[in-house]
Amino acid sequence: MSKTITIDGKTIPFEDGQTIMDAAMAADVYIPHLCHQPEYTPHGSCKLCTVKVNGRNCSACTFPAMEGQEVLSETKELIDDRKKVTQMLFVEGNHFCPSCEKTGNCQLQGVAYHLNMLDNHFPLFYPDRAVDASHPEVMIDHNRCIFCTLCVRASQQTDGKDVFAISGRGINKHLIVNAQSGLLKDTDLDVNDQAAHVCPTGAILIKRTGYQVPIGERIYDHQQIDQVSLAKEHLNHGE
Amino acid sequence: MYEHLETAENRDSLKRVVVDPVSRVEGHGKVTLLLDADNKVKQARLHIVEFRGFERFIQGRPYWELPVLVQRLCGICPVSHHLAAAKAIDQLVGIDPENLPVAADKLRRLLHFGQVLQSHALHFFHLSSPDLLFGFESEISKRSIVAVLAEFPELGVQGVKLRKYGQEVIRMVSGKRIHGTGAIAGGMNKSLTKAERNYLLEDIDQMISWSAASVALIKKVHCSNLPYYDDFATIRTNYLGLTKPDGALELYHGGIRAKDEHGATIMDHIDYCKYNDYIHEEVRSWTYMKFPYLLSRGQENGWYRVGPLARVNNCDYINTPLAEAARVEFKAHSGEAMVHSTLAFHWSRLIEILHCAESIKDLLHDPDIMSSDLVAQGEKRYEGIGVIEAPRGTLFHHYQVDENDIVTKANLIVSTTSNNMAMNESVRQVAAEYLSGRELTEPLLNNLEVAIRAYDPCLSCATHAVGKMPLKLELINAEGQLIDQLVKHTNGQIERLNA
Repeated sequence: MSKTITIDGKTIPFEDGQTIMDAAMAADVYIPHLCHQPEYTPHGSCKLCTVKVNGRNCSACTFPAMEGQEVLSETKELIDDRKKVTQMLFVEGNHFCPSCEKTGNCQLQGVAYHLNMLDNHFPLFYPDRAVDASHPEVMIDHNRCIFCTLCVRASQQTDGKDVFAISGRGINKHLIVNAQSGLLKDTDLDVNDQAAHVCPTGAILIKRTGYQVPIGERIYDHQQIDQVSLAKEHLNHGE
Repeated sequence: MYEHLETAENRDSLKRVVVDPVSRVEGHGKVTLLLDADNKVKQARLHIVEFRGFERFIQGRPYWELPVLVQRLCGICPVSHHLAAAKAIDQLVGIDPENLPVAADKLRRLLHFGQVLQSHALHFFHLSSPDLLFGFESEISKRSIVAVLAEFPELGVQGVKLRKYGQEVIRMVSGKRIHGTGAIAGGMNKSLTKAERNYLLEDIDQMISWSAASVALIKKVHCSNLPYYDDFATIRTNYLGLTKPDGALELYHGGIRAKDEHGATIMDHIDYCKYNDYIHEEVRSWTYMKFPYLLSRGQENGWYRVGPLARVNNCDYINTPLAEAARVEFKAHSGEAMVHSTLAFHWSRLIEILHCAESIKDLLHDPDIMSSDLVAQGEKRYEGIGVIEAPRGTLFHHYQVDENDIVTKANLIVSTTSNNMAMNESVRQVAAEYLSGRELTEPLLNNLEVAIRAYDPCLSCATHAVGKMPLKLELINAEGQLIDQLVKHTNGQIERLNA
C-alpha cells in the first residue's frame, strides 16, 4: 500500500523522495509558486508555496512528504499571506503590466490574478534599476526581477554554464551576470540557453519578439495559472 | 485676428474669470479671462495645466515596446499613437510603408478607420451634441448625453452604437477595445478570421446609414442658423494634414499638404520624415502646450489648424462615394475655397465618420485582411518617424535608438498641440465678440467651452470627463475684491455664493 498525506483533507499518495509540491502536482493539486519549476532543484525562496504541515509553516517545494502529514494550503490565513507576499514582490520592483511585453504570459501576473490581488496595498518603492540590452539577442530588465533564481539554476543545471547569480543581501539583493564588465554581452549566454527562457516575469526577454503573440493566444488569456501549471509542469515532473 | 487679447497691459487691475476645468473635452485645461470695470475682455487664454513627460520616460526602453507603451497617452485615441509608433518602428527594422506586407497595411487601415469612427462618434454624440441640439446657453442639466438620450432617444442610441461598432472593429483587429496590441515592427501580429470578418459585416450597412443620417443632421443644424455658425469662434487660418499622392483624403499614410486661408498651396506631398525642416515649435510661459508653426511662414503667421476641418478642406476629393458627395456639399456651402467656420469642425468630422464606415465595408470585403503574410523585416536603422492622421489631426512620432535597440530620444507632436494657437484664437474671438461687456453667467461661459470643444481637443491625451465636472467662477473687481461667485457642484447643481 502506498504512503499518503492529506492536503486540505484530500488524501494524496506520494513516493519516498518527493516533496509536498511534487506529490501535490502529481495529484493535480495546485499550490501557488513562482521560484519552483519541477526540472530544477527546489529553492524555497519566493515563499508563495508556504503551507501548514502539522501546524507548522513550511515551503511545499522543499519540504519532504512524509507519511501521515496533514497539510493545509487553501486556508484564508495562507491565501492572505500569499497575497501579501505577491503585493510585496510588485511594489519592490517596477512591474507595469499595461505596457509590459510579458503581460498575458507572466507567472507573477498570473499568480496575482489567481490570488485576486486587486491593488498593491503597500507603497511602491519605485527603485532605480537598469536595463541591460547589451547582448544582441537577450535583454535583462532588472526592474522586473523577483530574485527567484530560476535563471541561475537553469544556467547551471541545464545549460552547464554559470551565467547568472544573485548578489547583495536584503533590499540590496540584485541579479548579476558572470562577466568582468557586468554586461550580459560579455557572458557566454546563448539565446537558445534554457536560462534565457525560464524567467517567470519580464526580467529576461528575447529581444525583438515582444507582442508577437496576439491577445487571445497568450498563455493566461483563457486559463488561470493553476490550470496551466497543473497541465504543463506536472508533465515535466521527474524528468 | 485676436492676438492682441493674449496678454493685457495692466493685468493687476483687471477682474479675473476662470473656467476651470474646461468640461466635455479629453484632459484638463482652463480658460482665464481678464475683464475691465465694464466687463470688456482684455485678455483671454486657454491654458493646458497638466504635464505628462512621455517623451522623457520612454527613453531607456526597447523600441518594440513603443506602440504599446505610448498608446497609454490616451484612452480615446490610443490606436493613433499605437499606429504612429508602429510606423516609426517599422523604419527601425528597415521597413518603409511601401514595403509593409499588403495584409498588414490593410489591417492597420481597418484598425485606424475603426478608431476614427469611434472617436468621432464619441465626440459628436456624447460630448458636443448637447450644445448643438439644446443651444450653447441651455440649462446645465441638458448639457450631457443623458439629456440627448432622454429627448432624442433614437439619435442618442445611434451615437452610442456607432461608437460601439468602431470599438468592435478595434477589438477584432487588436484583441481589445482599448489598449490592445496588433501592430508590431514590420507588420501585424494577427489577421482577421472569417468569423471575425463576418461578425463585423453584420452591422456595417446600418453604420453607413446612421453615419449618412448624422451628416444630414449636422448640415441641417449648421445651415438653419448659417450666419451664426459661420461666425462663432471662426478664424481664418492655414490648414495642414496628410493627403494621398493624388490629393485624396488620407488618414493612415501620405505626404504633408498645407494650404493658406485662400486655399493656395503652401507645401504639398512633403515626405513627413523631413517634418523638422518645415515645422518648428514655440514655447510660451503660461501653458504646458507648445505652439507649432510652419517655418516658411514664421511664428506669427505660420500657425495652422489640423483635424477633420483641415483634412476635408485640404483634400481634392474623398475616395468613397457618399462621403465625397457630402464633402462637395460642405465645400459649396461657404462659397469660399476654404471653410473657416470653427463649428464646421463638427460637419467635417461627421463626413469623416461616413468615410470611415464606407472604407470599413470595402476593407471587410477584401480577402487580404485574412492573409497570413503579416510581417516583413529589413536592415536595422537608428531613426524612425511615424506620422498619421489621428482623429484630432496630424500626429508625429519620432524616435532614435542606439545599437542595443534602446530609445535614446523621442519627439511627439500630438494633434491638439497643432491646434493650440487656433483654440486660443477661437477663445479670444468668442470672448471679444460674444462675452465682452456682458455680465458673465455660467451659460454664457459655456460659449467658451463650445469653441474649444469644436476642436475635440485631447488636452492630456489621457483623461476624460463628461458633464459633471466641478466648476468655480469668481468675479473680482478692479480693487481685487471678490464680488460674485458661482459654483457648479459635482452633482451638477449650480450655487451662487454672495461674497
